[in-house]
Amino acid sequence: MTDTFLLDGEAVPFAPGQTVVQAALAAGRYIPHLCYHPEFRPHGSCKVCTVKANGRNATGCTLPAQAGLEVESETEELRALRKTLVQMLFAEGNHFCPSCEQSGNCVLQALGYDLGVMTAGFRHFFPDRPVDASHPDILLDANRCILCELCMRASREVDGKDVFAFSGRGIDKRLIVNAPSGRLADTNAALGDKAMDVCPVGAIIRKRVGFAVPIGERRYDKSPISEQALADAPRPSEHNGGGA
Amino acid sequence: MPADPSILISEACERHGSSPEALLQVLREIQEVQHCISAEAAQQVAAALGQPLGRVLGVAGFYAFLSTTPAGRYRVLFSDNITDRMLGNMDLLAALCEKLWVERGRVSEDGLVSVDTTSCTGLCDQGPAILVNGWAIPNVTGDRLGLIAELILAKVPVENWPPELMAVQDNIRRRDILLNHGLAPGDALRSAMGRDCEPGSPVEAAANERSWREGIPSGALCAPMATLEEIKRSNLRGRGGAGFTTGLKWEACRNATGPDRYVVCNADEGEPGTFKDRVLLSRHADLVFEGMTVAAHAIGARKGFLYLRGEYRFLLAPLNAVLARRRSENLLGLSILGQAGFDFDIEIHLGAGAYVCGEESALIESLEGKRGIPRNRPPYPVTHGYLQRPTVVNNVETFCAAALIAKHGGDWYRGIGTEKSAGTKLLSVSGDCARPGIYEYPFGTPVCQILADCGAENTQAVQISGPSGVCIAADEFDRRIAFEDLPTAGAFTVFDHSRDMFEVARNYTHFFAHESCGFCTPCRVGTAMLRNTMDKIASGHGTPCDLREIERLDKVLQMSAHCGLGHTACNPTLDTVKRFRPAYERRLKSLEFEPAFDLDGALARARQMTGRDDAGAHLSTEVSE
Repeated sequence: MTDTFLLDGEAVPFAPGQTVVQAALAAGRYIPHLCYHPEFRPHGSCKVCTVKANGRNATGCTLPAQAGLEVESETEELRALRKTLVQMLFAEGNHFCPSCEQSGNCVLQALGYDLGVMTAGFRHFFPDRPVDASHPDILLDANRCILCELCMRASREVDGKDVFAFSGRGIDKRLIVNAPSGRLADTNAALGDKAMDVCPVGAIIRKRVGFAVPIGERRYDKSPISEQALADAPRPSEHNGGGA
Repeated sequence: MPADPSILISEACERHGSSPEALLQVLREIQEVQHCISAEAAQQVAAALGQPLGRVLGVAGFYAFLSTTPAGRYRVLFSDNITDRMLGNMDLLAALCEKLWVERGRVSEDGLVSVDTTSCTGLCDQGPAILVNGWAIPNVTGDRLGLIAELILAKVPVENWPPELMAVQDNIRRRDILLNHGLAPGDALRSAMGRDCEPGSPVEAAANERSWREGIPSGALCAPMATLEEIKRSNLRGRGGAGFTTGLKWEACRNATGPDRYVVCNADEGEPGTFKDRVLLSRHADLVFEGMTVAAHAIGARKGFLYLRGEYRFLLAPLNAVLARRRSENLLGLSILGQAGFDFDIEIHLGAGAYVCGEESALIESLEGKRGIPRNRPPYPVTHGYLQRPTVVNNVETFCAAALIAKHGGDWYRGIGTEKSAGTKLLSVSGDCARPGIYEYPFGTPVCQILADCGAENTQAVQISGPSGVCIAADEFDRRIAFEDLPTAGAFTVFDHSRDMFEVARNYTHFFAHESCGFCTPCRVGTAMLRNTMDKIASGHGTPCDLREIERLDKVLQMSAHCGLGHTACNPTLDTVKRFRPAYERRLKSLEFEPAFDLDGALARARQMTGRDDAGAHLSTEVSE
């Protein structure tokens, strides 16, 4: 007999060790998320998956599923919160969707559409973030980095390389690479690395393939992210997560 | 100064065990000698500790007192708490910059000196305060700054500066059971070790069921459980602010499975306006260490850490001397006080300028040599703390109280204070009062009595427990210091009617934005937005729209921030808007919206380049005051 918890009033079964987001996705229920990726250990930094569990707010991607837990996700209040968090990310970096070659494949943009983000809603920070084009195959555009740590997690856990790290703190927190020169070309990063595959936005870009699929025919041009996240989710019978 | 930097680095790595946990301690020592973590130094440390370079640079970039670019051989940092501001620190900073021919935040051309600000240094009762290369100097005046400038220009090493510059006062104004404890080193520990439980009692049964540390020789099984029972009976609650019941925390740690347990003393006293731990550590270090040893005895720990904030660097040598004496007295080390198997020792870790490390899980990350990011919970430190082992983290004052309870028993302690707040509380009183300093009161003491005792007159507001706490106005001064009413970590900052409460709140928003770790979206972005909005209002461009934006930010931070820093970041603003609304309204434009963009300000660089500053070089910006 599997245990269940309640998600917006409906029972969701879970396996031991699963978090609320994991169990929900496996059961075909979508809780919006950004820094969570089914293949990596959740760390709950973007806060987009915030839910109310037994009356207290928590990140659904790190909250262990427990029998009897009552989780609210699709409420007006939480939708508004998620929308504001996405707006904050747009205001923090330099995101200019029309010129970004990740447009249509970008999780931040897709979430923005899904959550009804029509304007940034805040004054922009316009940070001064350099572009690192030193690597022959990979472009690093920190302007679009949302500090989700997926590349760090992938590089460490899958590639065994530790190409990426964070420095600074607060609003000055930034992505750095593992080289004395600070340039991606001087790291052991390679095009085939998992870390080059997981960036949900346009911060890590493969060179020379940008428009192979035209805008309008891209991933989130076809159907909203809420549907695709479910398609990606590991199901009880399989263990392969999907990448972007 | 060592001739060869690479020898210095390898020695530092070895001295700290060459493990990844040594990283922050090693970087701090390199910074102290070389005033910079150079790329070469970072690479050498990375190699010596088996860490990726990116991680070393990431740690170096996280802590305010570390820098990856040269910081000046003399790094002068002005404490920038609101109390320092009230005592004129900004004018003094400007005067020093002029004397030293240096721009704030820049290193002088010859690399000699840099001048900037830092978060509250815990010397609010004797401000304005500065740090020079990490050494604290209180009571800064124009004259003293003149001397400091001369010493810097003459390149006199800070160690050789006149000791009277560095003299830090304890300013103890009111004593109660803690500050009058009268215990000799070892007294509390002997009581704890000698405590027996009633034959046939549940305590004895529990003690026999499970030894206080796996593998301890027979005998003395009862004492740790009996002491734990006294701590529980005392109703002692943590003195760091959150007020969790200490006995339950210790019991959970004791009952956690795992081979090693740790006792951590949180001496990262960073809340602006708090300095009671500084005084406890300088005056009652034995009591602090004794409390930690009592905890180790109760939970079965072999190793303890005192995590000392970097601003209290000047306490490191005296504290290490106390530890050495306690080792020689067999109050630390192997077979403490002759009891086989009771082994415990304490190591001091220095922080490097990061308020968020006062959060217990961030503190543990920092102890492990990492960036100080609060962890996801559960699991909690009592089961998965330092190195994922069961760990008790308590405040300095909590350990002192625990030592008193070990000596005098739980019933004695809970008889003091109020029903839900047993014992006494140390308050760090500063701001507009005649006698700033440390006051110890039984819980339940009303604010008005404290104001009378410290000689506060014409008081407009009191900020209880620093910016993370609550700001109260005169009609609330009969409220009491207690977990039932006004819980506090210890800060008690007084503002009289001459103060502008908007500027108080604005100072605190800068503090939170500066100290946010940046891990989560709402806090990283939200605290910076809050700061910018307060600056917009300060510059005369604010509207009611901006106040609504602050309320919106507060909601997001309350709902989704990762830790207490984000949850409380808007409190000072919302408290002061609520209680001192005119301080805001007289700044607001009566418009629905006003951009933050300052058209005239945008021309500042052009004016600088052309050397023009006449009226014609300005656009008119009419700001109604």
